[in-house]
Amino acid sequence: MLESVLITIATAATPLLIAAIGELVVERSGVLNLGVEGMMVMGAVTGFGVAITTGSPWLGVFAAILVGAAFALLFGFLTLSLVTNQVATGLALTLLGLGVSGMIGEAFIGLPGVKMAPLVIPVLSDLPVVGRFLFAQAPLFYISILLVIGVSYFLFNTRAGLTLRSVGDNHDSAHALGIKVIAVRYAAVVFGGACAGLAGGYLSLVYTPQWIENMTAGRGWIALALVVFASWRPWRVLAGAYLFGAVSIGQLHAQVIGVSVPSQFLSALPYLATVAVLVLISRNRRLTMVNTPACLGRPFVPAR
Amino acid sequence: MSEMGAGVDQTHEGKGGELLEVRGLTKIFGTLRACDAIDLSIGKGEIHALLGENGAGKSTLVKMLFGALEPAAGEIFWKGKPVSIQSPGEARRLGIGMVFQHFSLFEALTAAENIMLSLDDKTPILQVAERARELSKAYGLPLDPFAHVGDLSVGERQRIEIIRCLLQKPDLIILDEPTSVLTPQEADRLFVTLETLRDEGKSILYISHRLEEVKRLCDRATVLRHGKVVSHCDPRQETSASLAKMMVGDDVDTVRRTGHADSEGAALLEVKALKRPAANPFAMPLRGISLKVRSGTVMGIAGVAGNGQGELFEALSGEVLQDKADAIRIRDTDAGRLGISGRRLLGASFVPEERLGHGAAPQMRLSENLFLSRHVTDKRALLGMFGTVRVSALAKAASRIVKVMDVRKSGEDPEASALSGGNLQKFIIGRELDRQPAVIVVNQPTWGVDAGAAARIRQALIDLARSGSAVLVISQDLDELFEICDSIAVMHDGRLSAPMPIAEASFERIGLLMGGAEPERTGLPENTETA
Repeated sequence: MLESVLITIATAATPLLIAAIGELVVERSGVLNLGVEGMMVMGAVTGFGVAITTGSPWLGVFAAILVGAAFALLFGFLTLSLVTNQVATGLALTLLGLGVSGMIGEAFIGLPGVKMAPLVIPVLSDLPVVGRFLFAQAPLFYISILLVIGVSYFLFNTRAGLTLRSVGDNHDSAHALGIKVIAVRYAAVVFGGACAGLAGGYLSLVYTPQWIENMTAGRGWIALALVVFASWRPWRVLAGAYLFGAVSIGQLHAQVIGVSVPSQFLSALPYLATVAVLVLISRNRRLTMVNTPACLGRPFVPAR
Repeated sequence: MSEMGAGVDQTHEGKGGELLEVRGLTKIFGTLRACDAIDLSIGKGEIHALLGENGAGKSTLVKMLFGALEPAAGEIFWKGKPVSIQSPGEARRLGIGMVFQHFSLFEALTAAENIMLSLDDKTPILQVAERARELSKAYGLPLDPFAHVGDLSVGERQRIEIIRCLLQKPDLIILDEPTSVLTPQEADRLFVTLETLRDEGKSILYISHRLEEVKRLCDRATVLRHGKVVSHCDPRQETSASLAKMMVGDDVDTVRRTGHADSEGAALLEVKALKRPAANPFAMPLRGISLKVRSGTVMGIAGVAGNGQGELFEALSGEVLQDKADAIRIRDTDAGRLGISGRRLLGASFVPEERLGHGAAPQMRLSENLFLSRHVTDKRALLGMFGTVRVSALAKAASRIVKVMDVRKSGEDPEASALSGGNLQKFIIGRELDRQPAVIVVNQPTWGVDAGAAARIRQALIDLARSGSAVLVISQDLDELFEICDSIAVMHDGRLSAPMPIAEASFERIGLLMGGAEPERTGLPENTETA
């Protein structure tokens, strides 16, 4: 029982984690991309479509990443090269993604999808309780954990990561030092889009292998909130994603057991819990301020 | 002595040939020629001053030399060869380093990380820290490589900038107004460092509008005015007055402290044991501040930026309320719990440091900005029935202020952002003086304002005090405080020293307090912990 609960928590948390870790990198570079939901849903529909057409879930995942990155590139072109407002452009990207995915996905509704087989690691997966949770998951689960490790190492232990953080902290200074601010931000934005696409692919290839219109159901927004909740630290994003996952799964089990609380309230619980934690965290202003990228959302236009 | 506009008369024999030569460098912003055909040459091993008022084109010129701006015309020769400097990175590769006026440091990163970012080779962080530590020892610039920049004082930040610049082994170091944030003692230490660097054969382009330090430190000077070179001269052969005349193009009015300060006048502004926790990790808490400003006097608060002056201003103006109503008393009324309008109704006025965005709404017209600050205090005059704005009364009041303060503007009622810094500041000060406030608190009254406007603002503040008001001036500019104040107190680390009558004050004593010396050592009682 505990084992199956743990596994479902991981299934619920993984897409959030992947999308949020990508957005974390974007925001660390000083760009606020509110289009996560749109890129995610595009990833979901493309991943599903390519997987059922070719029969290969891996090609689906690959396509999901590409389409997420392409959407992010569009966002980057608008906000970084044409200096449009990041908030408005991000919202537009979400609306665009939801609309386009609904149109493309019309043909896929009701079709049985291709489910990505779990990657079972021998011996380790036989460990009691955590064995199947940690070592018999879809490959994307392992990738999500590797992403956290990789991003954390990249940001805090590499020169490129330092450059990225410096651009997010003070783009004018970075420019004066000869750092190519716009190029760094493009790279970060595209990486974030690829992650969002991958997260969408996870939804339609692992979570529920089928296409339902609007199937991201606000997960992109949760991922955005998680980044803030985690005060822009990768390991806290992991904790936050699993907290949200745990509460969402917990409320499902509570509904099954028949707890005498209106089900609407239970469904709202993960959101409430996340909001509550967010509020609590942001009360500690030192923690938030030190990690907040100071240039977040501010457009960079070098004087020439 | 070279006359104004006398063109190029080189008084300097190049010690080792010219390192940098600039001919006809021009930069145009819109219709403004920020730099107009600038000629400049810097020899090896010299400290060259670039003098000029705010807006004379100094910053624009050095930004072009550092590759941050692209010149519209003109040539740059580096070690005799023509170069085109496309980016700061390219300037650094040539051997040009720059220490910025508004520091170009990353607050969220450590000193070592900041330094590492500017190095092209991929040195590991520990090695960077070690090299920085060695350099800092060699030049007497103490530095902790692993401290977060956000937690450091401005003086410490500047040291990081200088060390960062030196690590790149530049031949030319550009320093943009380096002493504007230092105490006099810190500035002295900086000069020693710069002289050491010169003796090692490095060249320094030293930008400043402080004439005394230029005379003391620099071998040659280039004076700019309105984007043009007005003179090349040897600052040691000039007097401060002659240099000032070159910069301003006219004799600057001297400010006169007329009449006598009434030391027995009623205390119109009284602050008792004012405390305030730090609002964020980079802010300074106020640790119990007490002061009294009497009718008829100007009191000054000196201090290095970031020691709580901004926080004090917010507490005085009512942007942040106090827990105890009697922590601040205006004209014998408890005001600690009153908002800005409440305090204004008691006869107080406030002028914040930032002109655009704090002192004035940039996109609103002057008359509208007048209305914003006076709609409560002058309700009868400015508002009609049903709360409609009386446009004609407003326009009349605005033009009165413009006339009294000699605000130069284009158009009848331009937007605040269309005015130059000095003119907008004159308008904002004039707006407050127009009410004849009993108490006025001004933060950095002449920051970034040209000499002419500064003199006018200072005189207006003195005149207001002599007419019976209490004036409190917060400033980093010691010259200004000595010019207008009857007493000076020093802010350091969220505390305020006891006020020193101007007759007893000296740059040295004030400077020591600014640097955090214990009042005992300077023979002064401290009054801040009386609560």
